[in-house]
Amino acid sequence: MNSRTHFRLVVLYVLVGAMLLVLMGRLWTMQVLDGAHYRQIAAENRTRDIVVPAVRGMILDGSGRALVRNRTALVVSVDRTALARQKDKGKGVLDRLARTLGTSRADLEKRIRLCGPTVKRPCWPGSPYQPIPVDDRVDPKRALQIMERQEEYPGVTAAVQPVREYPEPEGAAAVQALGYLQPITQEELDKRKGLKVTGYSGVDLIGRDGLEATYDSDLRGEPGFRKVLVDSQGRVTGTAQEKSPIPGGNLVTSLDAKVQEAAEKALENGIKSARSQGRKADSAAAVVMDVQTGRVVALASYPTYDPAIWTGGISEDEYEGLLGKKKGEPLISRATQGQFAPASTFKIATLTGAIADGYDLHGTYSCPGSYMVGSRAFRNFEGQAHGSMNLHRALVVSCDTIFYKFAYEAWLRDGGMKPKKKPADPMVTMIRKWGFGSRTGIDVPGETPGRIPDRQWKRDYWNATKNADCKAAKEGYPDLERKDPGRAAYVKKIAAENCLEGFAWRAGDAANLAIGQGDMLVTPLQLTRAYAAVANGGRLVVPRIAQAVVRPDGSVARRIDTPKAQRLPVDPKVLKYIRDSLADVPKSGTARGAFAGFDLKKVAVAGKTGTAEVWGKDDTSWFASYGPADKPRFAVVAMFSQGGTGGGLAAPAVREIWEAMYGLGGKKPALKDGKLPATLPKLGIGSGGVTGRAGTGAPS
Amino acid sequence: MIGGIGGIGGIGGMGGAGSVGGYGDHGIWRRRLASLRRLDWTLILVVFALSVVGALLVRSATFQLLTEQGKDPEAFFKRHLLNLVIGFVLGGVATVLDYRLLRAYVPILYVLACVGLVLVLTPVGSTINGSHSWIVIGGGFQIQPSEFAKVGLVVLLAMLLGEPRDGEVGPGRRDILLALGLAGIPAVLIMMQPDLGTTLVFCATVLGVLAVSGVRKRWLTGLVGGAALAAFSAWFFGLLKPYQLARFTAFIDPSADPRGAGYNAQQARIAVGSGGVTGKGLFQGEQTGGHFVPEQQTDFIFTVAGEELGFLGAAVIIILLGVVFWRGLRIATQAADFFGTLVATGVVCWMGFQTFENVGMTLGIMPITGLPLPFVSYGGSATFANMIALGLLQAVHVRRRAFD
Repeated sequence: MNSRTHFRLVVLYVLVGAMLLVLMGRLWTMQVLDGAHYRQIAAENRTRDIVVPAVRGMILDGSGRALVRNRTALVVSVDRTALARQKDKGKGVLDRLARTLGTSRADLEKRIRLCGPTVKRPCWPGSPYQPIPVDDRVDPKRALQIMERQEEYPGVTAAVQPVREYPEPEGAAAVQALGYLQPITQEELDKRKGLKVTGYSGVDLIGRDGLEATYDSDLRGEPGFRKVLVDSQGRVTGTAQEKSPIPGGNLVTSLDAKVQEAAEKALENGIKSARSQGRKADSAAAVVMDVQTGRVVALASYPTYDPAIWTGGISEDEYEGLLGKKKGEPLISRATQGQFAPASTFKIATLTGAIADGYDLHGTYSCPGSYMVGSRAFRNFEGQAHGSMNLHRALVVSCDTIFYKFAYEAWLRDGGMKPKKKPADPMVTMIRKWGFGSRTGIDVPGETPGRIPDRQWKRDYWNATKNADCKAAKEGYPDLERKDPGRAAYVKKIAAENCLEGFAWRAGDAANLAIGQGDMLVTPLQLTRAYAAVANGGRLVVPRIAQAVVRPDGSVARRIDTPKAQRLPVDPKVLKYIRDSLADVPKSGTARGAFAGFDLKKVAVAGKTGTAEVWGKDDTSWFASYGPADKPRFAVVAMFSQGGTGGGLAAPAVREIWEAMYGLGGKKPALKDGKLPATLPKLGIGSGGVTGRAGTGAPS
Repeated sequence: MIGGIGGIGGIGGMGGAGSVGGYGDHGIWRRRLASLRRLDWTLILVVFALSVVGALLVRSATFQLLTEQGKDPEAFFKRHLLNLVIGFVLGGVATVLDYRLLRAYVPILYVLACVGLVLVLTPVGSTINGSHSWIVIGGGFQIQPSEFAKVGLVVLLAMLLGEPRDGEVGPGRRDILLALGLAGIPAVLIMMQPDLGTTLVFCATVLGVLAVSGVRKRWLTGLVGGAALAAFSAWFFGLLKPYQLARFTAFIDPSADPRGAGYNAQQARIAVGSGGVTGKGLFQGEQTGGHFVPEQQTDFIFTVAGEELGFLGAAVIIILLGVVFWRGLRIATQAADFFGTLVATGVVCWMGFQTFENVGMTLGIMPITGLPLPFVSYGGSATFANMIALGLLQAVHVRRRAFD
């Protein structure tokens, strides 16, 4: 062997030795120095956390009847990330799944695509990292087929899950008050502490409207989790750790299913009858409230919808039907979100304004057919003249001209078109005290504040619209001119007027406000509260639907108290005077026809009709009432948009509700002894949502 | 253990009886006994130990999955034991054969190896794990010609470079070019499978044998430079398959694509790292039991050792392999002729590089390629080739210079 070979063999020895040392060194680093780190990763690697959802609490009426509860359903869900990992991007899996579920792959693909500005429904509005439910009405055989042949359905799970159900006790739906659930969005999920959802669907629904939204945290409960051991394929090989979910509390409301049903029925009947008379009658609302406490007994809105569509994914057509203008936007609760001119029902508030302004409560005032407000004649309703009368009669027959006088004279005292530095505006000031123009604070989201068209509002509105008005004042309305030259000339004149002095608080504005017309808007709930204040002696209650959260074992988790009521700055004598007046309205006033034959001796209902003229539309029909007049318990208000007169439509609807509550006119009384239950309903164990297991979803 | 060694002795005797040996005159039994004593028993014992450990690790890596699949949980274990027995027999045959006579058969072996490698690329071959490296014989048997080609390469190189002309220190230019050319053909065929790992083993072996054969330094630097250039252009002109590139990027950052290319690397590291100092115990590995690491009985067998036997066990395996290389290089140094030196050198270079690559990839310091760990991994062809190489080492050792 030559020396070069020998030397190079030595080099090879060294190389091999060095190589082995490198491996040993690396092995030492990984196993000894970093061992703990790798052991931890290994543990995470081998386990998956499965969120076991808590059963969501029920929503019950005051007697314990379930308005919302749960049913168990076999829900088939698809995991997008698992599909994406397939060679064919999951096409094969979806094809097989579609065949099993009796649908098409295109349909499934639509359901699992993510919602976006350009993506139409059906689509998935939730987190892309969680399984997406595609069917919640699978029969067990097919679900079993999916679970047993997981190799054919990677990324697809079938699991028993509780699904929301709306039993409509006594026919009461109350959909707008209850609200609905929708999948939680990724942002909401990130915000929610301590709940990292992996591998489970259904748990991630969140209340989107109504009580479901307001009391979401009470109803939701606390999800449990199961740490399971898995192999590299994600197959569960055992359970490492388990924490049971804490079921959500049941929400007891003050709603009464029977009264609610009566209110809904009354709206439906009213709409039907108005439409049969050729009216548009596009929407309606009714509110029943305990005048002493502010507890809401019924909260109805028309149009309505079937809440069952929320479960199992909602299709484009259904969604259009829910939110679409064509279907009357039934998601909007007209009782809390609808804003309408209150018309004569408003006079209880403006009357107190006039009294505060110094007018004599017991004075005599003339009620001519029309009253000159500045240069314009403001007419009584249907131009009728009633001669001289006291204020009692003015309310009973609903005389407008007296209120024009109050408003016009106050306006003049404030300086007219050249207002004082600090105008008194007695009407506006008083109206605000009655809670109009601001939210009542009821425990459902989305409430609207209504509108008081005061000086500031006029100026803001003018700033926003003057450009358009000034343009129209110059150019007129060429399109309208061809069809109706007279009307075109009239609106052109209005536009010119608005362009020049639209910012000003004019005499007409004050006069309109006094009778609740024009730009004044209220929600039915605000009006109900105002009448409750008349009835209870001047306390402006804060409405509440929920009474208490009751745990599934029957114990009370928390009571939901009504906030302290504000006092109206109105002399109790004035309110008494108003009450006496309103008691005569059904007897001899504008609601006389509607309450003909109603046993007022048994239940003395007092109230006020309202017929609001809406420019370019049919009249808004109102009836606001409370009763029994001697010992007021409830306020009942109904409103029909584009329905006609208050006496002709809303008053009969309200009468229907009263009859149902007290069992008049051959009906069974909805309320025992005309009272709400004094105590919370007893909810035993097992009356809670769903029994049985929930959440057997395999991890992805 | 004893039975195994006895088996080798017996085979050796049978081989002799077939009058293939070169000592065919007097005192045949005495000489046979003497040559039995001249065997490198340390090497045999170490390889035997590695084989036993390997068999147990193969069992650990497979019995859980086989149980889940409803198959015989011992299927791989039994098969591996059978492979080992056949391997030891083949090794015994290689020991008894006079390796110097092999030179006469090298052309035939070479042609056979090349034919095998070509066949693999034709429809006769089968693709397993992305490489077209197998010929399925049927009945559950399959051959991986590239493993046998490694043996062929070692003998070929030794023959071409092991007989320097008179007065020359190392092989001449013609010999070198011929060796490179003849080694290049199977290397290219293997590259086409594509089997990057085996190709790299070929390169390392060629380089090592060339170096020890005494070629001038400029040849070595030229070759290393050329290889670097080739690697660069392979990357630059996109000759590497996407998955090969992905393995390299995954090697640099395993967390880049933990579900794809980086998965193997990451899972391998987790399995080894979680073993700690003493390991979780044989058959007790949780990562192994959950079969998180793919190809665990073959390319990633070392992760089983790392997880279940810990640093102590894994280090022992590395040390045992180190003993194999040490004995191999010792045999190269003591060989009776230059041919023997180069055969031993070739075997050490082959297995040394393969060990470094295989263990290195499980530890995340080398890119992932499909190479088994010598004497430990499951795999018939690899076991047979390794055992034949072991036999060649013994053959060289038995006929070593008489100074010791």
